[in-house]
Amino acid sequence: MNTKKISYLGLLIALAFVLSYVEALLPISIGIPGMKIGLANLVVMVALYTIGSKNAFMLSVVRVLLVSLTFGNFAMMLYSMAGALLSFVVMFVAKRSKKFSITGVSVLGGVFHNVGQIIVAIFVLETSKLVYYLPVLIIVGTITGMVIGLVAGMIIKRIGGWKDICYGSKSSM
Amino acid sequence: MKKNDVILIASLLIICAISLLAIKLWQKQSTTDKSYVRVEVDGKVYGTYPLNEERTEKIQFENGSYNVLVIKDGKADITEASCPDQICVRHMPIHYSDESIVCLPNKLTVTVVGGQENEIDATTN
Repeated sequence: MNTKKISYLGLLIALAFVLSYVEALLPISIGIPGMKIGLANLVVMVALYTIGSKNAFMLSVVRVLLVSLTFGNFAMMLYSMAGALLSFVVMFVAKRSKKFSITGVSVLGGVFHNVGQIIVAIFVLETSKLVYYLPVLIIVGTITGMVIGLVAGMIIKRIGGWKDICYGSKSSM
Repeated sequence: MKKNDVILIASLLIICAISLLAIKLWQKQSTTDKSYVRVEVDGKVYGTYPLNEERTEKIQFENGSYNVLVIKDGKADITEASCPDQICVRHMPIHYSDESIVCLPNKLTVTVVGGQENEIDATTN
């Protein structure tokens, strides 16, 4: 990993961190646990398509650690980590299968982020009643995932992959 | 967007909309006048309160955190909580059977239990 790659990854982590904070500031909560717009997933998506799955995975984990240590508590970290990991695995598999475009991958990521959090909550709280929240969470995840996917697609088209980032073969804007 | 994406999005939305409707209908049906709310902390029952009498209950935890449960007009609501995310406070008041309010930081759940379920329990006991 050369200096340019390290600084690029650092930049993305910072971006994901800030977006998580912005999301925490938005008062859109409708009282359903585990609901997220997933702004930070935008960065993970861009990373997944530009700098590879290994780096994107690292980015996702470091983001959750940073955000929950700064703004949350241990319980929050557990939920976020479950959501982030499950959503990453699903996005990785979906991308590998080549059956979906960026939008489809992002939708799956958004949906499974919410599903992962609810699954952990069911185990922590030992109440299966939370399953009733799943339909709403999946609908929200689908819609936000669609928007995030469309935006991510636009960004990815413009910044290219590792090569473009490190050697600047795409003319700077 | 590929064709698969459209299929994925459409099927997710349709399946969820249908199950949402089904859940709502079923919840409405299984609610009776004898409904009560059950408050659980960390999976253990903390207390049960009937929905047809008004009351305010402050649920205090050992570590100093708390949730305030208010029952009014046959609806249960959490009006105050010490947790940072306040998701439980923003939740709409609950009334129908099996609706619940959850406070993840305090590991607290408030669930409406319909009168019918209670009868089934009583007969099987």
